[in-house]
Amino acid sequence: MRSAGAALVLLLSTLLITSPAAQAAEPEELRIPGAPYSATDLNSVSLDANLYLPEQIPAPAVVIAHGFGGDKNGAGTQAEKLTEAGFVVLTYSARGFGESTGLISVNSPEFEVADARALIDFLSTRSEVALDSDGDPRVGFTGGSYGGALSLMVAGYDNRVDALASDITWNDLETSLFGQSVSGSDQLGAYKDLWTGFFFSVGLTNPDGSVTECGRFSPDWCKAYTESATTATVSPESAALMRASSPITVTDKITVPALISGGQADSLFPLAQTNANAEQIKTANPETPVSVLWHGMGHDGGINERERLESLITRWFQKYLLNSDVPVALPFEVTIPSGAISTQNTRPDAVVLTGNSYPGLFGNETESVPMAGPPQKILSPAGASPATITSLPGIGGAIAGNLGSFVGSAFPGQSAFFQTAPLTASTQVIGSSRVQLSFSSALPVTDAVFFASLQVVAANGRGSIPQGLVAPIRFDQLGPTPTIVTVDLPTVAVAANAGDSFRLVVSTTDMAYRMPFDQRIYTVGLVNPSVELPLVPTLTQVQQSSNAVWLLAIIPVVALVWLILFVLRPRESRAPLDTAEVDIPVVISGLSKTYKGGYQAVSDVSFEVPPGVVLGLLGPNGAGKTTTMRMLMGLIAPTEGNIHVFGRPIYFGAPVLARVGALVEGAGFLPHLSGRENLDLYWRASGRAGDSYLEEVLEIADLGSAIDRKVKAYSQGMRQRLGIAQAMLGKPDLLVLDEPTNGLDPPQIKAMRDVMKNYAATGRTVIVSSHMLSEVEQTCSQVVVMHRGQLIAVGEVADLLAGKTGGRLEDVFLDMIGDDLTVGKY
Amino acid sequence: MTQISTRSALPVRIEMIRQLKRRRTLIALILVIALPLIVVAAVKFGPSANNDGGGGFGDGDLDLVGLATAGGWNFALTMIFFASGFLLLILVAMFTGDTVASEASWSTLRYLLMAPVPRRKLLRSKLIVGLILSIASIVILVGFSYLVGLIAFGSEPLTTPTAGTFSNSEAMYRMTVIGVYIFISLLFAAGIAFLMSVLTDVPLGAVGTAVVVVIVSNILGAIDALGGLREWLPTFYSNAWIGALNKDIEWGDMLRGTSYSIIAFTLLIGFAVYKFDRKDITS
Repeated sequence: MRSAGAALVLLLSTLLITSPAAQAAEPEELRIPGAPYSATDLNSVSLDANLYLPEQIPAPAVVIAHGFGGDKNGAGTQAEKLTEAGFVVLTYSARGFGESTGLISVNSPEFEVADARALIDFLSTRSEVALDSDGDPRVGFTGGSYGGALSLMVAGYDNRVDALASDITWNDLETSLFGQSVSGSDQLGAYKDLWTGFFFSVGLTNPDGSVTECGRFSPDWCKAYTESATTATVSPESAALMRASSPITVTDKITVPALISGGQADSLFPLAQTNANAEQIKTANPETPVSVLWHGMGHDGGINERERLESLITRWFQKYLLNSDVPVALPFEVTIPSGAISTQNTRPDAVVLTGNSYPGLFGNETESVPMAGPPQKILSPAGASPATITSLPGIGGAIAGNLGSFVGSAFPGQSAFFQTAPLTASTQVIGSSRVQLSFSSALPVTDAVFFASLQVVAANGRGSIPQGLVAPIRFDQLGPTPTIVTVDLPTVAVAANAGDSFRLVVSTTDMAYRMPFDQRIYTVGLVNPSVELPLVPTLTQVQQSSNAVWLLAIIPVVALVWLILFVLRPRESRAPLDTAEVDIPVVISGLSKTYKGGYQAVSDVSFEVPPGVVLGLLGPNGAGKTTTMRMLMGLIAPTEGNIHVFGRPIYFGAPVLARVGALVEGAGFLPHLSGRENLDLYWRASGRAGDSYLEEVLEIADLGSAIDRKVKAYSQGMRQRLGIAQAMLGKPDLLVLDEPTNGLDPPQIKAMRDVMKNYAATGRTVIVSSHMLSEVEQTCSQVVVMHRGQLIAVGEVADLLAGKTGGRLEDVFLDMIGDDLTVGKY
Repeated sequence: MTQISTRSALPVRIEMIRQLKRRRTLIALILVIALPLIVVAAVKFGPSANNDGGGGFGDGDLDLVGLATAGGWNFALTMIFFASGFLLLILVAMFTGDTVASEASWSTLRYLLMAPVPRRKLLRSKLIVGLILSIASIVILVGFSYLVGLIAFGSEPLTTPTAGTFSNSEAMYRMTVIGVYIFISLLFAAGIAFLMSVLTDVPLGAVGTAVVVVIVSNILGAIDALGGLREWLPTFYSNAWIGALNKDIEWGDMLRGTSYSIIAFTLLIGFAVYKFDRKDITS
């Protein structure tokens, strides 16, 4: 057991391994001069920044750019994590935000991008930052949305940037704010009224709370926004402004490793924008490492994958700025938001699939699923109301899932429906599905908008729009002659099961977009009776479990092996044989037992039991007889001294006990079995070899037909007789009977005396304990007398009686203990 | 006289006979068989018998019950989902917790030890039999539920809310994974029950302690305020078998749960053996 105890400690200590989180240092607060205020005011803006330093310097730097409406403090935890990973981290408030001065020019190359280049200049002057060459720090840029676009722009404009990670941002601001899902169309898209309004409202308030026309926006952007919001059109000036602030102008110049991520829950900058950034970089510079993530987050909310994303970003910089050998994002990683069931709370759980090549928006393969539905006339209502609700820009969280069947079908007459047959096999749609549709208008119009979505309809009829995304469609001209187009439906990753079907819904309204206010009647029809689903069959699922988990599995294996080999393995102690005593049934020497409470039941008892006798263990209740017998049978451990039976030491479960049969302190049987079954099973459980003499001992028990009745129906006397019979099973060399006559009537007592005498006559030995002196006198040839745990006499009954008056054992006994008679009858 | 061996004392087969002849074993079997029959009767003839199923993620939570009528496999899955929380817990606690304590209460423990059955041999046989009976109750529950479901709802393939359908052979594999994991996750309760069985002479006390500990652990696990601390609860991963319903089996939590459960089981059994090795038998 010593080894067992040690292993126990080892196991406990492996469970208690903890890793204390390093205490992050407070950042250094800085004011860094940026680019000029404006084309006319050449004073530098003052950028409010925080600089975080890692333990080891010099180190590469990572600049975290915030999202629209945020400031330098928003990225505090990410900055701390990157610092822990070994980077100098710079967070700053962009001009017009937070404590920084200047006006917002929406990532204009002249202003915000120039500010970012000034930050690189600043980093190159800091001794804590590792340099590639003089004036060229080793630096990476990261950020989401506004900061994501900045990261791309600065990487395109400044070749000192060494790596970038850009999240949920635009490729082209115009196509982002004017959504167009008609494949290959160069017509202006549908204006994202709510999103653009929300986006700009953030910058319209002044820091002091005062209200002015342009807030913190530069005059150019103020004018462009006012124009779009008023007319839903784009003037050439505005178009130029937006284009200059779009990564599309510089993606061909980006040659540094780029982690390009986008979210499925994003109706503002949908994955098509993410895709464009990645494809343009890859096309212009095929050697540049580019990984594309389609995660489940975005401006609409979605699921929370922030921890995963930040870990991937950290590793991206560790690999490309620190040259560490860490696994980074594969060329393509996509999250299926409801691809699994959570094992923690049984709610839908995300599954991440990865691939070694980026398939683009339309999959490696397509599956053509037949879709049916006649051409349908739909109404574009006057006042564009009521309008379908699919997302609530700015509030966050696609609500389509919650609205369920309300979406798309709540306003009769506004939507056309086309449906596929139930799928025969489950499939994963990853990318943008495509349909060919024809649109016409009863009267010629100049600004027709439609919203197409692909619902997944479960077998029970419940439909849902993945991520609540709709594909906006806009035509400059639409007349009675059908216009035939291919529509790129929203880019999503969704698992559809066998039995599910797809339903294409084409609506005339969506609350998030600008719609015409006059009433119109359109006709929408399928050109090809099918929908093309994008498939990426080569993707593999990322087991959320890391290698460490498999390592964890080793611990229980070790634990089990330990349990089986060392704890539960039956062992036999081969204690030395005392050959001198091999023929003596029992040798007890110096035996003491003190119980836990301090009660000394037996103290320093020594005696021998010769073979072929019936020995009486005599004493009043509490004399220590039963305790001695329990020690003899290996049930309790002596405090001191030892017992040998046939020369072999007694311990718990000592094999020599197989030569001993015993009845100790009453019989014990399985109450639900008969007497015969009990004895039979007991013998088989003992594992002893040889004949059990079952019939013979059953005769001694003398139970008649009751032997086949259940023991629970037995009287005490019957149990006692069965107990004696059980002790005699196999005719053991030593028979130990504790108060065997308890519960027996006089004739049975008489019979039992004969049984014991006869048993000893065969050369075997019987030890009988009793508090009934007369009984011992009549049965035993030898007695051991105990009182209060001590041995007070040993010898032949005849010797003890010799020369005593009365000639009765009782008198002898009273003599011995004198006045010290405090315990009950005897 | 040659050296006497105790190697063949209390073999597993004999201990199995001793346990099988007990009424509680029969009652356990009846319970396990009755559960699917009661549920199938409720679904077929109950007040909501005419609901046209549903299933999937009904109101956000996984609705396995809605899928129960989808066929034999789904019915078996629903039954194990129902039973794993309480019925199987009680049965496992009973098979492993009552085993030593009841011998003590009948005074048969001392006769076995005097036979002599070495102490570790006694624990080994009793533990093995307890675990075999636990496994048997899971196997019978799943097997019988499948048969009942097959008769009542037909031989449709196993359907899950996220992974679609599984073929018969795949379903059998998945159900095996689930059954094995549920057994492993119940080992924690078995360990407590067995330890208590060694420490006390009151069979109900041993069984009850195990059930109460697991239920308290489950309740703590449901308290969101405890946050990450809950990950240290031994029952934290008890639902991880749901990972086997995904398209690709999600092993992570099952492995973690297995580790926790088996480590806890090993420590508890190790401690039980340690105590029993040194225990004075006074019952």
